[in-house]
Amino acid sequence: MSSKTIKVDVLARVEGEGSLQIKIKDQRVADAKLVIFEPPRFFEAFLRGRKFSEAPDITARICGICPVAYQMSACNAIEDAFGVRVNGAIRDLRRLLYCGEWIESHALHIYMLHAPDFLGYTDAIRLAQYFPDAVKRGLRLKKIGNAIMTLVGGREIHPINVRVGGFYKVPTKEQLSELMEDLKWALIASLETVRWVATLSFPQFERDYEFVALKNPGEYPINEGRLASSKGLDIAVREYEQHFIEEHVEHSHALHSTLKARGAYCVGPLARYALNFDALSPVAQEAAKSAGLARVCRNPFQSIIVRAVELVYACDEALRIIDRYEMPEKSYVNVEPRASSGYGCTEAPRGILYHRYRFDDHGLILDAKIVPPTSQNQKAIEEDLLEFVNANIEMPKDKLQLQCEQAIRNYDPCISCATHFLKLRVEEE
Amino acid sequence: MAGHPKPKLAVWKFASCDGCQLSLLDCEDELLAVAGAIEIANFPEASSAVMKGPYDVSLVEGSVTTPHDEERIHAIRRTSNVLITIGACATAGGIQALRNFRDVREMTSIVYARPDYIETLTKSTPIKDHVFVDFELRGCPISKGLLVEVLSAFLHGRKPNIPNYGACVECKRRGTVCVMVASGLPCMGPITQAGCGALCPAYARGCFGCFGPKDTPNTTALSAVWKDLGVGEQDLVRAYRTFNAYAEPFRRESEAHEQ
Repeated sequence: MSSKTIKVDVLARVEGEGSLQIKIKDQRVADAKLVIFEPPRFFEAFLRGRKFSEAPDITARICGICPVAYQMSACNAIEDAFGVRVNGAIRDLRRLLYCGEWIESHALHIYMLHAPDFLGYTDAIRLAQYFPDAVKRGLRLKKIGNAIMTLVGGREIHPINVRVGGFYKVPTKEQLSELMEDLKWALIASLETVRWVATLSFPQFERDYEFVALKNPGEYPINEGRLASSKGLDIAVREYEQHFIEEHVEHSHALHSTLKARGAYCVGPLARYALNFDALSPVAQEAAKSAGLARVCRNPFQSIIVRAVELVYACDEALRIIDRYEMPEKSYVNVEPRASSGYGCTEAPRGILYHRYRFDDHGLILDAKIVPPTSQNQKAIEEDLLEFVNANIEMPKDKLQLQCEQAIRNYDPCISCATHFLKLRVEEE
Repeated sequence: MAGHPKPKLAVWKFASCDGCQLSLLDCEDELLAVAGAIEIANFPEASSAVMKGPYDVSLVEGSVTTPHDEERIHAIRRTSNVLITIGACATAGGIQALRNFRDVREMTSIVYARPDYIETLTKSTPIKDHVFVDFELRGCPISKGLLVEVLSAFLHGRKPNIPNYGACVECKRRGTVCVMVASGLPCMGPITQAGCGALCPAYARGCFGCFGPKDTPNTTALSAVWKDLGVGEQDLVRAYRTFNAYAEPFRRESEAHEQ
């Protein structure tokens, strides 16, 4: 009887702190665990007793990488509770702000966190010595995403301009138009990104995921929609907790989410793409086809290509929004608190982010529930590891360990979010 | 300086959102130049290459909230020539220091089904409560321009040029009309340290204190003005209890309004 262990104590190039532990016994994986030791921060507890208007700024602090996602899901849930709908130019500005976050986060992950895996470097700085043009392109793309967030949101990390009902101040058409030149460059650079990542070599590995993403008629999902899955789920956001459960497992400070009916599921770029290919703009669809992607991609290692396709879409969509923008007279819609519950879900760069709040009649939060994308993907990540290691059990341990780390990074996991972290440990007993 | 080794930089994370260390990667124009001048020796969020200490400069993000982290910060101090804390979590305990005002066991059971799986301290505390800190860079998040300034100052052996005056000064310099005087919006600018560029008033909202208390803040006077604007006691408590809730002047003032 032989056994071995693959261990990575601190998983690098992920947002937050976690480790990987895989135990192999008699040539089979006995156990694969993504261990999350990021310290818990208890957001849902201290949100109790806070005012509705504070929720966007407080929940943004769950994650410095995707604060806009938290602000948007919070606003949606609160507006749902108080019976308010935000339309027109304010909705468009929210979508533009979110495009900024997608561009920043996707460019960061593609060029600085994920590409080094495929090319055999430890980081983007070393990658830059051999691929200076690519890294510079990635940095400029990232900077343009940040520029959108800075203009619309006030700053790139924890924007200050988002309020329930809209914004504190809206930009003028002229201010937004100043982003156009950079965004036109970004669209070309993102097409270049798709071509570049399509030339990488990918392990042969596919899984039959249940993909879960938002779907909203007439647009690629970002700010709202119904929750849909590749196995027939089609529900309103308010029905989320009837279909999904969170479990607390001993090795993780992040709660594991599963679908009650079928278990693990996958959220993020692969899921959005599989369920919403038709809603991508023609230039993004064309980029996907020329990169050799089918309408559904089940190889998680190719998520880097799908992320690049979404980068194209986000640049393209940002340009469309700026083009049609007319500055609204009022920067927000009035909101009147009432005793109620509200539900919100938006597409963070890593996948669906669910918020639910219950309020008293003064708009104070009685209780809150937040389910970030990484905790929803945890089980899918562990299942990927299990299948991948079983299929590659003969691989030398060093190489296997690197590919396991890469398999985790496929999800661009954000551990700070998931605990509201991540380490890799593979053990052979 | 051929043959002179580049100074080694390490970045460490405690309880936090990752936003302040992301500020380093957000220096898109400076990043490759910075990497040319210093050795990024330990920065897990950006690189899987880890060089052993000692390090010339350590940047520490996040607050101490677990028994393990309480030990870890001492090991980091021992291996760091200069230790700089970045952000409200590291300098004041962060938003997670709201637990310091409540029963942490109750909070654990609200979030986690199995509180027995969770190891956590009753308080979230800034790094300076545990080890000597050479410099504190405030903000939630820090401003990346100030981060570059602090790094270059320490690498050149000079004092960082970081403001310790109030955010009001930045409003005046920016030419923003006072939102509290002109529009009656409650604003924390008079007691909050500058550093963000007085963003919020420029966006027609009151400052909400991301950079924490300035030197000698008159919180009592500010609370009186806020009350004149119709702000209630409970709203005052909440205003002082955000990202810098456990910074001494904010903590004291919030307790003064708690019944």
